[in-house]
Amino acid sequence: MESHGHSPLRADGPSPARLDVEASGDGSLVVRLSGDWLLGSGVPALTEVERSLRSGSARRLEFEAAALGRWNSALMVFLSKCADLCRDCGVEMGTSGLPPGAANLLRLARTAADKQAPASGALSATWLERVGGRVLAFAGGAGGFLTFLGECVVALFRLLRGRAQFRWTDTFLVMQECGPQALGIVALINFIVGLILAFVGTLQLARFGATIYSADLVAIATVREMACLMTGVIMCGRTGAAFAAQLGTMRVNQEIDAFQACGISPIEFLVLPRLMALILMMPLLCVFAAAIAIAGGFAVSTLMLDVAPTVYVRRTIDAVTLVSFLLGIGKGTIFGVLVALTGCHRGIQCGTNAAAVGRATTTAVVTGITAIIVSDGVFAVVCSALNI
Amino acid sequence: MPARFDKIEIRDVTLAYGSFVVLRDIRARIRPGAVFVIMGGSGCGKSTLLRALIGLRAPTDGEVLYDGIPFWGSGSEARQERLRSFGVLFQNGALWSSMTLAENIGLVLGEFTDLTPAEIRDVSRLKLSLVGLRGFEDFYPSEVSGGMAKRAGLARALALDPDILFLDEPSAGLDPITSRNLDELVLQLRDSLGATFVVVTHELASIFAIADECLFLDGSTRTMRAQGSPRALLETTDDPAVRAFLTRGASGAEAAGPAHAVSGNLLTA
Repeated sequence: MESHGHSPLRADGPSPARLDVEASGDGSLVVRLSGDWLLGSGVPALTEVERSLRSGSARRLEFEAAALGRWNSALMVFLSKCADLCRDCGVEMGTSGLPPGAANLLRLARTAADKQAPASGALSATWLERVGGRVLAFAGGAGGFLTFLGECVVALFRLLRGRAQFRWTDTFLVMQECGPQALGIVALINFIVGLILAFVGTLQLARFGATIYSADLVAIATVREMACLMTGVIMCGRTGAAFAAQLGTMRVNQEIDAFQACGISPIEFLVLPRLMALILMMPLLCVFAAAIAIAGGFAVSTLMLDVAPTVYVRRTIDAVTLVSFLLGIGKGTIFGVLVALTGCHRGIQCGTNAAAVGRATTTAVVTGITAIIVSDGVFAVVCSALNI
Repeated sequence: MPARFDKIEIRDVTLAYGSFVVLRDIRARIRPGAVFVIMGGSGCGKSTLLRALIGLRAPTDGEVLYDGIPFWGSGSEARQERLRSFGVLFQNGALWSSMTLAENIGLVLGEFTDLTPAEIRDVSRLKLSLVGLRGFEDFYPSEVSGGMAKRAGLARALALDPDILFLDEPSAGLDPITSRNLDELVLQLRDSLGATFVVVTHELASIFAIADECLFLDGSTRTMRAQGSPRALLETTDDPAVRAFLTRGASGAEAAGPAHAVSGNLLTA
């Protein structure tokens, strides 16, 4: 908002902005502007004008800008405040003394502002209102998740009956993303977990002269618990977050709305492939993870703790029962379902801006991991009650 | 600045993505205070040229001069300094969605000036009121309509009191009345601010309403085909492609291949 001919790259320093208020005989107040009115160079405050207007009996505010140098938004902000003040005091404001550009801009700012904004949603709420709002939001969120869950179940039944709007090609693509491409990280983490279990277990068992049982410990712990738990957490951070971000971005771009408008169910077309991919891949990943973890335990026991390799393998084979094996795989599959559901739900529920996608991804991972750990706890209680 | 130099001079600019040449030998001089329109059918490289002007994409060949000073030839610091005298309105407003309208404007002010938060607030309010959005300071971009978001984008472009304003498709996706109001706003801002405007558009109504001068880019030959005031071009040009564009393909459409392509673009756009 520079005055004509001014370039911001000009080198000479500004002369200070000045303001003189003078009452003239005919009941009008004259504000004399001089110097350069530029942003950041210190502009006189409105107080003097305000005092004169409120105390005096002026009926009209006039400006004189003969000595006005360069100006930009600083002057416009000042004039805009003057206009507000005049409106509040019921004083007429004359702009004839202003530079034509400034008068023009002021008119633009004032006339364009006639359209009043509706009240913004961001009203300040009391503490109680905020608590109530949170509770209602939580209840609404829980209800929303139950609805989503119901829709997914219905979609699964439609898939079983061959009626779902569902493409296996999409499913295979997601399977590739969350299966083979996840092998590296799953292997790394589970190998280290097996290693740690063997190391910590053996140190404790050695006190009872039972070092040999470290093979049992690693085998049972990984097959029943650690392999599926670690894989579930990895997949939640890796794949669940990806689902949420992907679907969230589709929500922002109105792609999900477009699916709905075309009569294509986003649950069947977007959620089902992801759900199916994890249901099919998680058991395989869990078996792979358990094998790698046992290999980790084997490495520590045979290389560092002097257990004979054949003995370790023999004990491992004896320790792993079919029930433990199936339990581990079953839990892994359930964790896969939880990851897919939380990831897709957060993605589909996403707001319509960039920050909402970030929030959706964060909450997807947080709720996913929480759900995995809580359900694992439930499994532990149920298994001990049933003596499995 | 003395009027010795043009505000912007585009000197034999060639733009390419890898070995694919989008535009070649673009030449134009834009005087201070002009509204300069870059027009052409979809995909002719209008936006690419704009990106070269606002520092987002270096030309493969040629140079852009502002006030006679080379833009791409100068160091990145001088270029950053120059960028601060630009205001850019992107195609969809490109407002930062996690900030309110006032914060969108205030961020730029906070980064590049020493203003206090209260002053920033005042300036943001003023800029929003200039585009008719007084009272919408605390709204998020997702809470306002497309036309309002675009005007808020214009307010953000105005934040630093720019010398030159670049508008990319300002009226695309707006209804005719909103789009006409925006054109009027552009003219009023030009008259009051004395800023130079570079507008990329293919909306004929806008072109005739606001352009002092325009540059016609042709996607098939990948270069400029005409330059001048739109009305003069319409009366004097004997280039069928330009005539077809300016008349929405009503005349000369069957005259030549490229012309037909342009009118076809318009009809299907």
